[in-house]
Amino acid sequence: MNLVVATAAWLSDPANWQGRGSIPTRLLEHIALSGVSLALAIAIALPIGLWIGHTRRGATLAVNLANLGRALPSLAVIGLVLPITAALDPQNGFKLYPTVIAMVALAAPPILVNAYAGVAGVDPDFVESARGMGMTEAGILRRVEIPVALPVIAGGIRSGAVQIVATATLGAIFGGPGLGQFIVEAISQNDDGKLFGGVVLIAALSLATEVAFAAIQRAATSPGLRAPARAWQSRSVPDGSEGAQASS
Amino acid sequence: MLDWAWIVDHLDDLAARTIQHLALAAIAVGVGFLISFAMALWAVRRRSVYVPISAIAGILYTVPSLALFAALVPITGLSILTAEVPLVLYTLLIFIRNIVAGFDAIPADVLESADGMGYGRDRRLWQVELPLAVPLVVAGIRLASVSTIGLVTISGIIGDRFGGLGFFIFEGYRHSFPTEIFAGALPTILLAVAVDVSLVAVQDRLTPWAQPVTAAGRVRPA
Repeated sequence: MNLVVATAAWLSDPANWQGRGSIPTRLLEHIALSGVSLALAIAIALPIGLWIGHTRRGATLAVNLANLGRALPSLAVIGLVLPITAALDPQNGFKLYPTVIAMVALAAPPILVNAYAGVAGVDPDFVESARGMGMTEAGILRRVEIPVALPVIAGGIRSGAVQIVATATLGAIFGGPGLGQFIVEAISQNDDGKLFGGVVLIAALSLATEVAFAAIQRAATSPGLRAPARAWQSRSVPDGSEGAQASS
Repeated sequence: MLDWAWIVDHLDDLAARTIQHLALAAIAVGVGFLISFAMALWAVRRRSVYVPISAIAGILYTVPSLALFAALVPITGLSILTAEVPLVLYTLLIFIRNIVAGFDAIPADVLESADGMGYGRDRRLWQVELPLAVPLVVAGIRLASVSTIGLVTISGIIGDRFGGLGFFIFEGYRHSFPTEIFAGALPTILLAVAVDVSLVAVQDRLTPWAQPVTAAGRVRPA
């Protein structure tokens, strides 16, 4: 019970809501860092995934690499990059760059695989019809394959986003910005209210990310596809990949 | 960039922490599997419980691990439970989804044949359904093992007694010593990849009929 009281007290203390290192600042840092990393990951992985899905060239290699990427532990990726970036830039190379690189490296695989699988999974009859109507390859990709594959593509971005928010939390271990700072500080200060307050904020942000991107994914589903899309979703996900690689 | 002498001097520590790492992961995967198996069987028999079970497991899964480990410190103190409870909780979603999917993938006519041959409910479960669900169950074990190996590093936040190889990552940061961070990170990645690759081999052994399908063909969209 003391824990609940201490947490509520920390969360409602006005001093924690203003100034440097306050809740809003940390939250904004977390969102900004995650947003930039997600944009980078999309910029890298999406074109490659779409291209492979359309041409089927290099599919096995890319998918194997992406599956290997899914096996990478986030904290270890940060630690692996750190000696290199720290040698290049002693300040940011310790606190910021390793986390950003890990965030991009971990969000790229689900985005790439889903873009590939989504486009490759488009009914070949649609593509043939489009080709028969005289559409260019770029036109087929843009006007047929991407719209049909959009829910699957959005699903990959959703996995990537959840993964990124979690990895940003870990960056705090190395003194990086974001909500994870509260936990790292609370442990060294032995402050249970702050610790649990931080946990509540991080859990809330993660769940909000998941819910928001799930809504985007629903909105990305063309009305004409909704009924079959539902059938597709209710089909079990045998390798547990739906969101299941998002932990870190 | 790296201080090789430090690594050579600490090979014993690295070996001890690797063993701790594997032990922490093995306990979590084992306990998580047993809990999930019971829950999944319940969900297979009573479809209505599947949605709430997987929703709760899904919410737990979304909470970042640093927060979950930290949340247990005031409750369970610095005991091994603080490290194992989150590790076990993170395996639940992976296992439950895969085990239930394994049962779902069994063709209805196989079940009807078993019923027609006079198999009772329990005998059908153990002798027909379970063997057919094995490939997806093994796929779940693989995903859970790899994910747990990664998560063990983060248990180092609780204190020096835990973390496996992650201990070096935390201590290396405290000493601003990149070599030590690297010495914890690289073996963790090698461990995760090695376990992944060897369990893929087990998976392929158990599903010889899936062999003609290329790796690309087996990908399932998330």
